[in-house]
Amino acid sequence: MNSVELENAAGIPKAVELSERVHWIGALDSNLRTFDIILKTANGTTYNAYVIRGSEGVAVIDTVKEGFASDFFARFESVADYSEIKVIVLNHLEPDHTGALPELMRRAPQAQLYISQKAQSMLKGLLKQEELRFTPVLTGNSVSLGDRTLQFLHTPYLHWPDTQCTFSPEEQILFSGDVFGCHFCDNRLFNDKVGDFRFSFEYYYSYIMRPFKSYVLSALELIDPLTISTIALAHGPILRDRPQRYIKRYRELSSPALHSELSENQKTLLIFYISSYGNTRKMAEAIYNGAMQVPDVRVSLYDLEGGEVAPFVDLIEEADGLILGTPTINGDAVKPIWDLLSSLAVVNLKTKLGGVFGSYGWTGEGVRMVEDRLRGLKLRVPISGLRVKLIPTDEEILECEAFGLELAKELMGLRGAREINFEDL
Amino acid sequence: MAKATITFEDINVTVTVPAGTRVIEVSEKVGSAITYGCREGDCGTCIMKVTDGWNNLSEPSVLEDKVLRENMAGKHNRLACQAQVLGGKISVKPV
Repeated sequence: MNSVELENAAGIPKAVELSERVHWIGALDSNLRTFDIILKTANGTTYNAYVIRGSEGVAVIDTVKEGFASDFFARFESVADYSEIKVIVLNHLEPDHTGALPELMRRAPQAQLYISQKAQSMLKGLLKQEELRFTPVLTGNSVSLGDRTLQFLHTPYLHWPDTQCTFSPEEQILFSGDVFGCHFCDNRLFNDKVGDFRFSFEYYYSYIMRPFKSYVLSALELIDPLTISTIALAHGPILRDRPQRYIKRYRELSSPALHSELSENQKTLLIFYISSYGNTRKMAEAIYNGAMQVPDVRVSLYDLEGGEVAPFVDLIEEADGLILGTPTINGDAVKPIWDLLSSLAVVNLKTKLGGVFGSYGWTGEGVRMVEDRLRGLKLRVPISGLRVKLIPTDEEILECEAFGLELAKELMGLRGAREINFEDL
Repeated sequence: MAKATITFEDINVTVTVPAGTRVIEVSEKVGSAITYGCREGDCGTCIMKVTDGWNNLSEPSVLEDKVLRENMAGKHNRLACQAQVLGGKISVKPV
């Protein structure tokens, strides 16, 4: 028999045992097909919440989406009384985990709320209650339930600033929030019982965790030393069968897929362009030639027309610098450029070098628009974009080469100390 | 108008600015790696380290102090979108 009893004989939702002291009190949402606008889910998701019982009280870890609160409360009531709640922990404040919180706090006014240091202003923004009492916690902080302890791990940006994990050393259970989770709804609940959810695990990582790879690796430094028998996550199957496999997979996914052939002092500069009459292409080639003059810069030149967006996103994720070339058509940069730019939210671009260029017919505002977008994506754009009216002259080709040269020097820190007047910027 | 200088150590650029200029008005244009999110003192994305001339910047507001605290900012950290250059010499760098 492979099923898990989620209801009692009367059809009332009941808690599911992870151990004698720990129960799942979450909810199944099998009808959900789109999560947070950006994610598809072919069979829904789960909102996992847990209750852990110590000799001196009970803790509730996370809640559920508001519309599923009745299942959550019924499951809680099947294993504990509200007067027993000493502690409420929120590992993540997104509404699908905090929807039942206001009512839970009303039913258990004595409970102390524990949230991460970075969650404080978010909590007020979500609940709109100025008088809310809570304790902000960091790595090293813990709370005792008598013979059970909850230790907090500061794991921010997985995938919001507020996220944290909570560990019970006596139970060897990591309550990980969204980390290691996925949108997959299966009433068998546990990874050794549910259907094949590997695709969902990888898909969830690629959209939710990928922009925060460095934070994933920092979190794994905290998680690796723990002795973990179960990962009790916030969405999808509970990982009680060989949970280390999923931790290892997160490390793999957060590390470069194929180590490049660069030596330590080399940097990569990618030039992407698209061109209707070949003018922006001529500029791109001249910029490429200019950049090539700087030693230790590995420059690549790509025509956007000849490739798919996804592999370009992979390239950009690991590059040090990005230069984009776009014509201006009807007062805008062209769609393939915007398609690429709108696909970059899944990777971390912070502090990469950016630059923009392009040929234009009569207005040329596309270059400035793309510069603004690059800054919005948190690239640094230190050299004003280069525009050429229609066909570049020989002199303008030299300007393009100089533009590429300066950007490559900037990338390598070779431009030297400079003094500038604000008015000249 | 009174002038001041602000040096962005990560790119080795010094800019002479009018007193009262906010760091955000300068750092993006010169290409410093100080990055911005909300640009209005709420998100903490633009936390920077002030390596010299701390007293030549405007005092942090109560709101900025709160954001710095919640983001566990270190000593001599400020929000680049809030700090104004008042005079003298200042050096900053991304955290």
